[in-house]
Amino acid sequence: MQPEELEALRETYWRENRRWMLILGTVWFLVSLGCGVLWVEPLNDFQLGGFKLGFWFAQQGAIYVFIILIFVYARLMARLEKRLSLEELGE
Amino acid sequence: MTLTETTYWVVGATFAVYILIAIRSRAGTTQEFYVAGKGIHPVANGMATAADWMSAASFISMAGLIGLSYNGYGGSVFLMGWTGGYVLLAMLIAPYLRKYGKFTVPEFIGDRYYSDTARVVAVICLIICSVTYVIGQMKGIGVAFSRFLETDYETGLFSGMVIVFFYAVLGGMKGITYTQIAQFCVLIFAYTVPAIFISLQLTGQPIPQLGLGSTLADGTYLLQKLDQTLLDLGFQEYTTSVRGSTLNMAAFTASLMIGTAGLPHVIIRFFTVPTVSAARTSAGWALVFIAILYTTAPAVAAMARLNIMQTLQPEPNQHLAIEERPEWFRNWERTGLLGIDDKNGDGRIQYSADPDTNELVTLDNDILVLANPEIAQLPHWVVALVAAGGLAAALSTAAGLLLAISSAISHDLLKRTFMPHISERQELMASRVAMAGAVLGAGYLGLNPPGFAAGTVALAFGLAASSLFPALFLGIFSKRVTREGAILGMLAGLGVTLAYVFQHKGIMFIPGTGFLGDMPPNWFLGIEPNAFGVVGALVNFAVTLALTYMTAPPPAAVQQLVEEIRVPVSLKSR
Repeated sequence: MQPEELEALRETYWRENRRWMLILGTVWFLVSLGCGVLWVEPLNDFQLGGFKLGFWFAQQGAIYVFIILIFVYARLMARLEKRLSLEELGE
Repeated sequence: MTLTETTYWVVGATFAVYILIAIRSRAGTTQEFYVAGKGIHPVANGMATAADWMSAASFISMAGLIGLSYNGYGGSVFLMGWTGGYVLLAMLIAPYLRKYGKFTVPEFIGDRYYSDTARVVAVICLIICSVTYVIGQMKGIGVAFSRFLETDYETGLFSGMVIVFFYAVLGGMKGITYTQIAQFCVLIFAYTVPAIFISLQLTGQPIPQLGLGSTLADGTYLLQKLDQTLLDLGFQEYTTSVRGSTLNMAAFTASLMIGTAGLPHVIIRFFTVPTVSAARTSAGWALVFIAILYTTAPAVAAMARLNIMQTLQPEPNQHLAIEERPEWFRNWERTGLLGIDDKNGDGRIQYSADPDTNELVTLDNDILVLANPEIAQLPHWVVALVAAGGLAAALSTAAGLLLAISSAISHDLLKRTFMPHISERQELMASRVAMAGAVLGAGYLGLNPPGFAAGTVALAFGLAASSLFPALFLGIFSKRVTREGAILGMLAGLGVTLAYVFQHKGIMFIPGTGFLGDMPPNWFLGIEPNAFGVVGALVNFAVTLALTYMTAPPPAAVQQLVEEIRVPVSLKSR
C-alpha cells in the first residue's frame, strides 16, 4: 500500500471511531449525570412499577445502559475494522 | 456444627482452592509475571477484573453506605460512579494501552512523554493511589477474620498475608488472575444468596433488583413503605434525599467515574487479553459481572434498612422491648457494630433521627451486609459464605493492587530507569522480591494503620482522576501534548486535589491541622473533599494544554507511537 493510502485508512478509522465515541459518550452522560442527577426530580414524577423513575435510573437503569453501551461500541468497532480490513489475527 | 466451625470449614475450603491454583500457575517469565502471558480469555479477564475491582468496601460496606449514611438516593453516586468508569475505560483507555502492548501504566506515560521524569512522576502517583487503597483491604481482611472466625485482628491479617504472599509471589499476574476468577465466584455467590432470600421474604420476588420495586405483604410498595417509615421517624425520604447539592452529587459521580478509568490496577488487567478488540469486550464482561453485585446492593440496602426498622418498631408507636431483642442483635452488640442506650429508661428501644432521643446509638454501615443472613434467619452455611465472600473480595483487590505497586518498582524504576542492563531472569527475581516487599509493607500498614487510613479509599479515586487519567487520555487523543505539559499537569492536578483534601480534613489527615475546617459552608461551591477529583482533573487538563502550546512539539517518533496505538493492527508491513 502507498503511504498516502495508509494515511487515508488511518484517518478514516480514527474519524469513525471518534464519531461513535461522541455519540455513545453523549448517551453515557445523559443517562447517568442527566437522568440520574440533574433531571432526577422531574423524572421522579413518573412511576416505573414501585420505583420513582429518576431514582430507578440512578440506582439501576444507568448501570444497565452502561453495559449495553460497551457492547454496542465493541460491536461497532469490530464491524468498522472488518470493513477496513484492520482485524487482528491474535498473537 | 456450631456457626464458627461451619465458617472455619467454608473459609478453609476456599483458601485451599486459592493455594492449589497458586501451585498450578507459577510464572516462568516476566511477561507471565506482569501480564499473564497476554493469553487470558476476555470473559475470564472480565471475571478477574470484577474481583480485582470489588473490594472489601464494595462487598461489606457499600450497601450500608447507601442505605444508612447516604440515606438512599444520595448513595447513587457510588453505584453510577463505580460502574460508569468502565464505559470510559472501554472507549478511551483500555484498547489503546493494550495495543501499546507493554507491561505497566507508568511505562506508557514514560514512553509517550519521552521522559524518565514523567515515568517517575507517574510511579509516584500510582504508589500514592494504590497504597492508600491497599491499607483498606488489609484492614478488611483482619476485621473479617476477627468477626467471623473469632481470631484476633493480627492473626487474621497474618493469615491473609500468607495466602496473598503465596500466589502473588509465585504466580504474579498469572497466579493472581486465576485466583481472582475463583474469588469472584465465591464473592458473587455469597452476596446474592442472602439477597435472594431477603427479597423473597419481604416481597415474594426472588430477584432482588425487581423486589426493590415490588409490593410488600400488605400491598404497599416497598420503597413507599420505607419512605413513610423514615419520615415518621424524622429522617428524610429514602428515594429523594440528595447528598449535599445536585452539583456535589454530579461532581462526586464524575470523580469516581474518571478515577475508575485512571486506576492502574484496573488498567493493567486489560493488558492480559490477546487482542485490542478482546480488551473492549472484556471491559463489557467486567461490567456485567460487577453489575450483578452493584444492582443487588441497592436492594440489600433498602430491604435491610426496612427490616431493621421493622424489628425495632413492628407497629407505629410500639417499640421493641430491650429484653426481647433477638439473638443476632445481642451478637452484633458484642462486636460494637450495634449499640443501645435506654435514655428515657422505659426498657424499650426508640429509634429516631433526633440524636437527643435516639436510643440506637450505634448502627454501623457494615451491619446491613454482615448481619443480613441472621436477620433473615438463614442457615449457618449462608452466614459462613458471607465471611468467605468478604475475604475473597479483600484478598483479590489487595493482590491486584500489590501487583500494580511491585511492577512499578521492579519494571519502571529498576529496569526502565535505574538499572536498564539487568537480564530478564534478574528482573523476574526483582519482581518477586518487590512483590514480597509490597506484601510485607501492606501487612505492616494494616497492623499499624496510619491515622489517615480511614478516609483515604475515596481519596485514591480523586488522585487517580486528577493525576493519571488526564495524562493517559491526552497521551492517546493528542499528538501535540508535550512532556512539560504532562508532567506539570499531573503535579498540578495531584497538588490541587491533595491541598483541598488536606485543608478540610487536616494535613495528612491529622485532626486540627485543617485550616479551613471540615464544614460544608467552607467547601468550594459546596463540593465535598471526596468529590474534588473532577476539579483536580480540570486543573490538570488546563495546565497541560497551556504549557503544551508554549513548548516545542514532541519528536516524530513519539507522534508515530501515538498513531500506532490508535489502530488495532500494525500498518507498517502493508
